[in-house]
Amino acid sequence: MLRYTIRRLIQLVGVVLVLSMLLFAWLRLLPGGPVSALLGERATPESREALTKQLGLDQPIFVQYFKFLGRAATGDFGVSTGVQPGDSALDIFLQRFPATIELSFFAIVIAIAVGVPLGYLAAKRRGGWFDNLSVVGSLIGVAVPVFFLAYLLKDVASSSLGLPSQGRQDAIDATRVTGFFTLDGLITGEFDATLNALEHLILPAIALATIPFAVIFRITRAAVLDVLDEDFVRTAEAKGLTAPVIRRRHVLRNAMLPVVTTIGLQTGALLSGAVLTEKVFSFAGVGQALAIGFERRDYPVLLLLIIMATIVYVVVNLLVDLSYALIDPRIRTR
Amino acid sequence: MALLEVRDLTVVFQRKGEEPFRAVDGVSFDVEPGQTVGLVGESGCGKSVTSLAIMGLLPKRGAKITGTVSYDGTDLLKLSDREMRDRRGRDLGMVFQDPLSSLNPVVPIGLQVTEVLERHRGMPRKEAMIEAKDLLDKVGIPDPNRRLKEYPHQLSGGMRQRALIAIALACRPKLLIADEPTTALDVTIQAQILSLMKELVQDLGTALVMITHDLGVVAGLCDEVNVLYGGKVVEKAMRHKLFAEPRHPYTHGLLASIPRLDAAPGEKLTPIRGSVADNIPWTSACAFAPRCPNALDVCRAETPAEVEKLGRLLRCHNPVVPGTPAAEEVPV
Repeated sequence: MLRYTIRRLIQLVGVVLVLSMLLFAWLRLLPGGPVSALLGERATPESREALTKQLGLDQPIFVQYFKFLGRAATGDFGVSTGVQPGDSALDIFLQRFPATIELSFFAIVIAIAVGVPLGYLAAKRRGGWFDNLSVVGSLIGVAVPVFFLAYLLKDVASSSLGLPSQGRQDAIDATRVTGFFTLDGLITGEFDATLNALEHLILPAIALATIPFAVIFRITRAAVLDVLDEDFVRTAEAKGLTAPVIRRRHVLRNAMLPVVTTIGLQTGALLSGAVLTEKVFSFAGVGQALAIGFERRDYPVLLLLIIMATIVYVVVNLLVDLSYALIDPRIRTR
Repeated sequence: MALLEVRDLTVVFQRKGEEPFRAVDGVSFDVEPGQTVGLVGESGCGKSVTSLAIMGLLPKRGAKITGTVSYDGTDLLKLSDREMRDRRGRDLGMVFQDPLSSLNPVVPIGLQVTEVLERHRGMPRKEAMIEAKDLLDKVGIPDPNRRLKEYPHQLSGGMRQRALIAIALACRPKLLIADEPTTALDVTIQAQILSLMKELVQDLGTALVMITHDLGVVAGLCDEVNVLYGGKVVEKAMRHKLFAEPRHPYTHGLLASIPRLDAAPGEKLTPIRGSVADNIPWTSACAFAPRCPNALDVCRAETPAEVEKLGRLLRCHNPVVPGTPAAEEVPV
């Protein structure tokens, strides 16, 4: 198990290197560039040239790349030109990453907490009205665009429920420790800060959760239907076990394998959903930074954020693979 | 009084938009305490459905069950879901056909044994583990302490079936139902499992309903035998009587179709013609008539009545005359 984990982490280093190379070239192939973005279209050729030189963009691309690698090794990922001009890319990452992790975490928790029980119930009542209703509901969940639902929640739900619809926290004087606002409040004992951060999280997290919820619901339903037909469930019934024991120990435990796989794959979808959701809710996370970064061709910030998102995706899927062994002894003892 | 009295048990499956299917049609039999009763027949004759109906394991929707199944004087068919849950595993145990798929692959063997002890005998986990070890020991699983921690895929087929027998007998039920318990096993293991079951039911005084298509199993184990065809009991007698003098053409055919070791080389086997029809005409006619070498016109016109004579129950218009050799060879 340990050897497997180490091998996967070494693979990750290779993935990051190749990805950084591709991204580096690809970003520079985008039309326009940071110079036009910063100076606008009416800038003089002289000022353009001066800025190009200042940003080091006049050098051949492989020279730029190796310089980047050299600086990255010392923890210097360059300076932002568009998102927050003048700030270091690393600082922007450290500010915004916790926000997106928080948002995605709450979204996936909502998706699992609603999707798995509903999927189980729908399977148990296959063909009944509850099943039909929730299958249609999950289809709508997948079909409705995230930005539409986000605007709907922002404009309708926030006013009727009195929930905030902008930003990560009100301008209150909260101490920062980790950058995770909900966690910081718990650490410093400023529980009102945590509560405030949670209120800001609810609506964007619900908007972001819809697609993963719908997918998790459907996979759970299908997996439970498969397991309910298994002989060992009949054996459990023949033992006269109570319904909760059969559900937990015999049905759900066996149905979890495909569900866990789905959860891993959905983290990728979460990141793309976060771009839209954060934009709508002015939530200062990675998604918002990516959107602004693309508009203003902020090469250093885009590069760092996309690579970090990739690392998160690979690590989450590694954790998923490792959790198989926890769930299924046939993998563990092979 | 018999331990189990099944009377006129009828199971009709009704699916939306389909003809109702009568899988079990008026089956009656008794099981005395400690007795072993066989339900014999080929696939599709209704023997498994009968056992699931007794256990209350048929789906609530789509299966209509009538008749009575009285256990120690209580009609199990009238019990609520909760009352039946209390009895399953405690009063009635069941062993299924495929030991690998009948065990939960992600739960250790130990917990699969102890959960039934915790449920019905109220034992705490620790005490149940000690009892489970004794149970595995009793069904002949070597090194039970290690096996308790292992998972089904780490056990051999024979050991898995032993574990399932241990689970079914954990609460000392007075009745054990075994649905083709040896079909999925190697022949040598089959013999071991059968002798284990025979020994256990004798030791514990458990009554056994043995469901099988294998007349060898019947010969080694059963006191009384019910031969089922098309959801009906067509012949019922004590084992010796049935083997010595089969009267129903179906029973006769089953016995004649057993390959014999003393047959001359090259001698052909004697099969029963045809196969069980998917949908036997239930209204009139004997279900076996299309395959029966003795069939008369009356067989195709009316269902034969049940006749009980000299300790044998028979449902046939034209039974086999005692002493008739196996039916003539028929092209398959």
